[in-house]
Amino acid sequence: MASTETVLKPDHQAKRKHFIFTDEHEALRESIRSFVLKELTPHAEEWEETTFPDSVFTRMGELGFLGLDKPEAYGGQGGDYYTSLVLAEEIVKANSGGLAMGVAVHTDMAMPPILAFGSEEQKQEWVVPAIKGEKILCIGITEPDAGSDVAGIKTRAVKDGDGYLINGSKTYITNGLRADVIVLVTKTDADAGYDGFTLFLVPMDAPGVIREKKLEKLGMHASDTALLAFQDVRVPESAVLGQVGKGFYNIMWELQGERLIGAAGCVAGAQRTFERTLEYANERKAFGRSIGHFQVIRHKFAEMATKIESARQMVYVTAWRFANGEYPVREISMAKLHAARVAVEVADECIQIHGGAGYMREYGVERAWRDARLNRIGAGTDEIMLDVIGRSYGL
Amino acid sequence: MSATPPFTDEHEELRSSVRGFIERELSPDAQSWEAEEWFPDEVFAKLAGQGLLGLKYPAEYGGEGGDYLHEAVLVEELARIGSGGTAAGIGAHVNIATPPIWKFGSEEQKQRYLAPAIRGEKIGALGITEPDAGSDVASLRTTATRVDGGFLVNGSKTYITNGVRAHFIVTAVKTTAEGGHNGISFLIIDRGEGVSSSKLRKLGWNASDTATISFEDVFVGQENLLGPLHEGFKLIMANFQWERLAMALGAVGAMQLAYERTAQYARERTAFGRPIAKHQAIRHKLADLAASAHTARCVTYDALRRFCAGEQALREVTIAKLVTQRACFELMDECLQIHGGAGYMREYWVERAARDARLGPIGGGSDEIMREILGRLLDL
Repeated sequence: MASTETVLKPDHQAKRKHFIFTDEHEALRESIRSFVLKELTPHAEEWEETTFPDSVFTRMGELGFLGLDKPEAYGGQGGDYYTSLVLAEEIVKANSGGLAMGVAVHTDMAMPPILAFGSEEQKQEWVVPAIKGEKILCIGITEPDAGSDVAGIKTRAVKDGDGYLINGSKTYITNGLRADVIVLVTKTDADAGYDGFTLFLVPMDAPGVIREKKLEKLGMHASDTALLAFQDVRVPESAVLGQVGKGFYNIMWELQGERLIGAAGCVAGAQRTFERTLEYANERKAFGRSIGHFQVIRHKFAEMATKIESARQMVYVTAWRFANGEYPVREISMAKLHAARVAVEVADECIQIHGGAGYMREYGVERAWRDARLNRIGAGTDEIMLDVIGRSYGL
Repeated sequence: MSATPPFTDEHEELRSSVRGFIERELSPDAQSWEAEEWFPDEVFAKLAGQGLLGLKYPAEYGGEGGDYLHEAVLVEELARIGSGGTAAGIGAHVNIATPPIWKFGSEEQKQRYLAPAIRGEKIGALGITEPDAGSDVASLRTTATRVDGGFLVNGSKTYITNGVRAHFIVTAVKTTAEGGHNGISFLIIDRGEGVSSSKLRKLGWNASDTATISFEDVFVGQENLLGPLHEGFKLIMANFQWERLAMALGAVGAMQLAYERTAQYARERTAFGRPIAKHQAIRHKLADLAASAHTARCVTYDALRRFCAGEQALREVTIAKLVTQRACFELMDECLQIHGGAGYMREYWVERAARDARLGPIGGGSDEIMREILGRLLDL
């Protein structure tokens, strides 16, 4: 029989590995973390001003971090879905939301549709060098007049001899300035409704592709976000990604993976900010004691920890479904909605706990809020998530 | 439309002239001042030219001889500049740096500092917060040691609005070793030898030159002691009510403007074949924002009315500060959300407004301090 002491003693410090992860995942986590802390984090401040350099891609390519869950046939590591989750979680330790986003767009947003729908030639041409970090990918969905309403896009691809002529514009494109190729969503048949969309792989150096401007943003400053124009861009038939007319469905599929990875990043980001703030609350004194020892502040931490834990469990369980072949759109939307909100709420509360210091750039917590704030807008706004979830009940 | 009490038609006339002036003379440059993280000192001269730096001050110092209500009009309208940092710089000068001189200064100090401040020739700052004493004013460490003819000041102040540009800093110092609220005094410190400023970069209020100011063996003459020796805590407390009301008024102005602009955006921007305002979820969000802006105004005007009538309105002012600052930030955040991707871009006004509004629940006494004050007032 166990003694009372051993049964009732809380083990808050014990390391708990979630059941979706194996020892191999933890080893991978260690190695990504040490790379991030050694090679990325020290440059975070500088990259806020300059955007992160392309060499981050080549270095991560060398280390095999850009193809963790991608097939070995194309240079990937052939790992399971959770390996990409591990990357999304550990890269936030670079303290640079913009960097994490730039990498995620490459590995988890632009690459999956090429692997899923691309021809063998397309995979060899783009995925192989992308996994090496030698070519950078981006994806173009949003337009100045069509954000949430993806079906409202106006970029047209018109059949022209043995190829297509593309005209239109895309905005808020992450990696838009540095990318070598864009996965471009176009309309090929204006009268076909959802069956009128087609994806293309358009090289960014093709004549008529114009990088109109680098956009200045609230946060994510380490990332280059671009407004792009396509003026009579001629591409061959072989540039079509997947089937003509299936683009809308393919992009909706792509968005699911993107949202789940985004949600994982949100949880990890919130955890990071929580920990940094916890340290601050233990050190900072007011009215004769550490501020963490005031009940109100202690409860703020308790609330944050509970929110983070709830979001983490949602993400992990949904990832488990996804990795086991389910297509849980409702749960992914819930996880994305909840994790994004939690990330923003936690960052905001951490600013408040820091007081005046929280408002200063020096402490980095205001940046955490600015970076996190994108998650309630990008990859489908809160409102779109609510719509998807609501409609999933037949409403 | 008739004026909302406590304002009268006379105040509304002032409002429309202030608004016209701001929209003509200040707003057009706001975006570039934000980008440069500095607004030019001439802004003070321009405001002084319109009599706007001395609305509540007596004519003998060059003021307009009005009262707090006139200044309330100005403070609410400052939101229309479109730069929280510029509004903050102006606000620090008229709402927090000069009032202690007006209330506690000698005739000679008023002539030397208040009069040129009203003319826009001297810019003021108030220095209370220190790196290790924010909410906890009792733990100030900047010392003023008695020397022949005055004091020698050592220490540093932080988060000081107008901290780089200010010609004089109304500074809280320790004049005895005694702890707590006793032994705090105020000195008017001229920028000069031993005074150095370093500008701080912030989430918002970018056009403001918020700074850390260091004092190294700064000699301050006896004639610059403001108010009675060792009784500075009273001086700190004396202006808190107005400072907090001014913050509430700033929020009221900013919320109204943001609501109007966002509603307009929602009427124009279309998605799924109709203006986004015609989607029920967005319509209801906007309805809530309109209600929130109205609530903030009512709560603030009630506190303002009591304050101006000479009531002891500590509770109402504290509530107004607490309620409006969080509400203002939440409204801005929701406006940002309604703007979608555009809301995240610097090109639009809304992300700047959200960043600026985030200071509210921290500055001028954080939300937590407001709740502490309320707790005591409510006998809890």
